[in-house]
Amino acid sequence: MNKYTIFQKILLYLSIAVFLTFILLPFVEMFYASLRPLKHLFRSPYQFYSNDLSFWAYSEMWNTVPRLGRYIFNSFFLASCVAILTLLFVIPAAYSFARFNFPFKNGTLYLLLAVNMFTGPVLIIPLYKMLRALSLLNTYYAMIVPGVAFLIPTSIWLLKSYFQKIPIELEEAAFVDGASRLQILRHIIAPLSTPGLAVVGIYAFIGAYAQQFLFAISFNQKKEFMPLPAGLYEFIGYQTVKWNEMMAASLVGILPVLLVFIFLQKYIVEGLTVGAVKN
Amino acid sequence: MIKKTKLQAYNSSTFLAYALIAPAAIYILCIVAWPLFETIRLSFTNSSLAGEDYVGTKNFAKMLSSTKFNKIIIRTFVWMFFSVLLKLIIGLIGAALLNSHLRGRAAFRVLVMPPWIIPIAIGMLGWLWLYNGYFGIIAGIGMRTGILDGPFGFLAYKQSAFISTIISDVWVGTPMVTIFFLAAMQGVPKDLYEAAYIDGASKWARFYSITLPQITPVIITMALLSAIFTFNSFEIIWILTEGGPRGATTTLIIDTYKMALGNYKFGRGSARAVVVVVLLTLFAIFYLSLLAQINRRVANE
Repeated sequence: MNKYTIFQKILLYLSIAVFLTFILLPFVEMFYASLRPLKHLFRSPYQFYSNDLSFWAYSEMWNTVPRLGRYIFNSFFLASCVAILTLLFVIPAAYSFARFNFPFKNGTLYLLLAVNMFTGPVLIIPLYKMLRALSLLNTYYAMIVPGVAFLIPTSIWLLKSYFQKIPIELEEAAFVDGASRLQILRHIIAPLSTPGLAVVGIYAFIGAYAQQFLFAISFNQKKEFMPLPAGLYEFIGYQTVKWNEMMAASLVGILPVLLVFIFLQKYIVEGLTVGAVKN
Repeated sequence: MIKKTKLQAYNSSTFLAYALIAPAAIYILCIVAWPLFETIRLSFTNSSLAGEDYVGTKNFAKMLSSTKFNKIIIRTFVWMFFSVLLKLIIGLIGAALLNSHLRGRAAFRVLVMPPWIIPIAIGMLGWLWLYNGYFGIIAGIGMRTGILDGPFGFLAYKQSAFISTIISDVWVGTPMVTIFFLAAMQGVPKDLYEAAYIDGASKWARFYSITLPQITPVIITMALLSAIFTFNSFEIIWILTEGGPRGATTTLIIDTYKMALGNYKFGRGSARAVVVVVLLTLFAIFYLSLLAQINRRVANE
């Protein structure tokens, strides 16, 4: 029943091509622009063909954006800190949700999902005032502290489902044999949940990497602490934008996330879709 | 007997359960819950960098009586409506295409997702270049095909900027919708299709009378979820237009942000944020009750 005629096949492939063009055109065009010399880019109307493509922009961008290396480092540093902190908060909580029955458990879990909805700009005023009062504005902390909170809910849901897959009988047997909770955690839970922890860590890293912009432009004015998206955004405001180098730098910023994604896409889809439709 | 009581103690330690949740819970209380209440408190003050005084409901009176604010509310919902509608339609078509039994569909699924994974801010830098009126590829195609008779800055005119920001928002949101719809379609029991096939139903009839009704709960959930995300959408408009030209793309979120951190009028900004919170709460209640209902139904089946 799943056989298609040749005509149907062609039609399907063509439709998929149109659909994927919409999704991928910006990436293709960013890459193409990054390979072309500036004088080719600045021709109107748009030239579809260039014969002197090169990776020149990829070496020149470090001069045009002097802090580019620093921005990239900041992005990685901030996202790593946020991901690690998130894990530290999430591991015990997810374990508790997976293993214990206690009053208000389900209510709390759904309330956590609601937290996802109050992101960014809504809370920006009190967060700004709070960070200012603690004199944390214009530091790395200003971009780490708020970010963690918005990754905790989904991470708890995700890790909870991993913990639930570990048979509770293993723990009970060890407990009856006299192992302490700490020993159980170290010798049973930790090794068995390593893959789950890795997935949640990667989810948190990608999430943290993606949400940097708002916190950076709101809470930080020091250029040396800027993450990549915010740093590049500033350059776009200039009179003459060197688009080929901007696109090259943007792609360099996307690349790590894309690589992680390509290798781990199955787990990431799981992470992104958890709790939203089915449990 | 001893074993059993010991086990019970192991599985029902409520104190330990709460203690393990406490760090995460306290963190969220400090960074999300407390700011939420603080926003409400600040909305009744004239708070700024200089200090604050209680001003009663003045902020709200001023805000609600301004025609500009009412326009912003209407604009937000129009923007959201078209964006969500397009995401659902394109996502549904995309999922149906990716669900067809073709060679390479696993690869297609991977290729759909990049806009979802990458930082929105960086994706928008790419879109800025695409929308460039002189040198961008969209204006280029328009000029080459004669649709445009000269350079056209898509982000420079009210209407085209409004449409352009919607298109970019759809680009960001479509992958998630597509993947969820695809997962739902793949979850539809195969025997339903086989029965319909034996009864002689065409492919279209099978899609229309089996797939669509089966995935309706997911469609409704996704409509709500992407409405929430679209309503919250900040970076897309901020990077493309900063709410311009002349306010044409200023949604409630953009207006709130500008008032708060553009002008440092914390009180008046908070009043706007309260409106956002009220609307989001309504969405959230709707979404969570729907989700609980669906989960109950799944559990009963």
